[in-house]
Amino acid sequence: MKPRSSNFWTVFGIPVLIALLSAAGLFAALLGDGAWDALSWVGLGIPAALSLRGLLGRCHG
Amino acid sequence: MKSQTIRRWSFVHTWTSLICTLFLLMLALTGLPLIFHHEIDHLLGDSAALPTLPADTPRLDLQQLVRAAEAHRPGEVMQYFGWDEDEPNGVTTIMAKTAGTEPNSSHTFMLDARNGQAVELPSANGGLMMVMLRLHVDMFAGLPGKLLLAFMGVLFVLAIISGVVLYLPFMRRLKFASVRRDKSTRLRWLDLHNLIGIVTLTWCLVVGITGVISACADLLIAAWRTDTLGAMIAPYRDAPPLTELAPATRLLEIAAEAAPGMRPDFIAFPGTRFSSEHHYAVFMKGSTHLTSHLLTPVLIDAATLQVTAVGQRPWYMDAMGMSQPLHFGDYGGMPMKVLWAVLDGLTIIVLGSGVYLWWVRRRASLKTEDAR
Repeated sequence: MKPRSSNFWTVFGIPVLIALLSAAGLFAALLGDGAWDALSWVGLGIPAALSLRGLLGRCHG
Repeated sequence: MKSQTIRRWSFVHTWTSLICTLFLLMLALTGLPLIFHHEIDHLLGDSAALPTLPADTPRLDLQQLVRAAEAHRPGEVMQYFGWDEDEPNGVTTIMAKTAGTEPNSSHTFMLDARNGQAVELPSANGGLMMVMLRLHVDMFAGLPGKLLLAFMGVLFVLAIISGVVLYLPFMRRLKFASVRRDKSTRLRWLDLHNLIGIVTLTWCLVVGITGVISACADLLIAAWRTDTLGAMIAPYRDAPPLTELAPATRLLEIAAEAAPGMRPDFIAFPGTRFSSEHHYAVFMKGSTHLTSHLLTPVLIDAATLQVTAVGQRPWYMDAMGMSQPLHFGDYGGMPMKVLWAVLDGLTIIVLGSGVYLWWVRRRASLKTEDAR
């Protein structure tokens, strides 16, 4: 088994990034309309798109 | 991670999720139409349609609106007037037999601020969307229902956290977002459960936690009444009950002077749970996007129309105010609502696949036991 720290970031690197982007999006739309709203669409769109790709996609991985 | 540790987290994940799953499925299903309640009301013709009048049509003052409301529902008293940016010409009006009547027995309608015409809002008082809302909020069981759902929300949050911990051992040898489709149905759904679970993590946590806060609203309001409101109206504790209210005419001007730079959100008439027996409470909101969710009450003596106090906001009332948009998903336009619905649907898939995975494992382990 590999040491835990390197393991942690290989597994959690991308998820942490997605989680932070979602949080930033959720917060951004509270600050204003227009561009602020668009940030939230990106932040929430990423998880939605990745999930739908996993559900609908064919064999890759 | 030691296998003993994994087993413990796995136990936490299994049982917190299994206990809350049925309730969460109900919440996710009833929440789906609620995201679009505005649009659905509109489609069903249940939203208020006020006539188009010249832009400079004069407006009635508040006391004239009170009289219009009382004429519309004789025998009932005023509870609240509310303002909504979506309908600048309308004033949402809530009346009931007594000012202290609980919210579900009140009657909500809209008054045209220009001519005092009452417009009914069927969806605010009954109908399918109201059934959805009551199921979602308290399952028609009042405070115990809300607290039960709050507890289920806490279990949901624990299930999410334990799920994230378990993500590590499960994904150690897999690339992010890999879904093994060719091995077995169980593995495919395990991978999808992990993938969808981990990418929707922030959204699920935010909606879960803000849901728990909203479900505890009754307790927070009660705490606010005893702490903050109690201190503000202490001098009135032994005052005799009011027989007549001073006219509401200038309430908004008085409140605007007391809380400059803020806008009115709603007025609680004397005797409701947001005011005292002796006060009008004008709840003012901030004028920026962020602060528009934070309310400051201006307490106005209902006999003399003097400002008694401008309320301080305890942190938990701010938490309650901020929870609403973050739970409803109504603050980022239609694309946000659609994404909210998609993420809600994905949550249903995570819940369903979780039960499926538990069931398949259980059946497998029962079979091994039989074989022995």
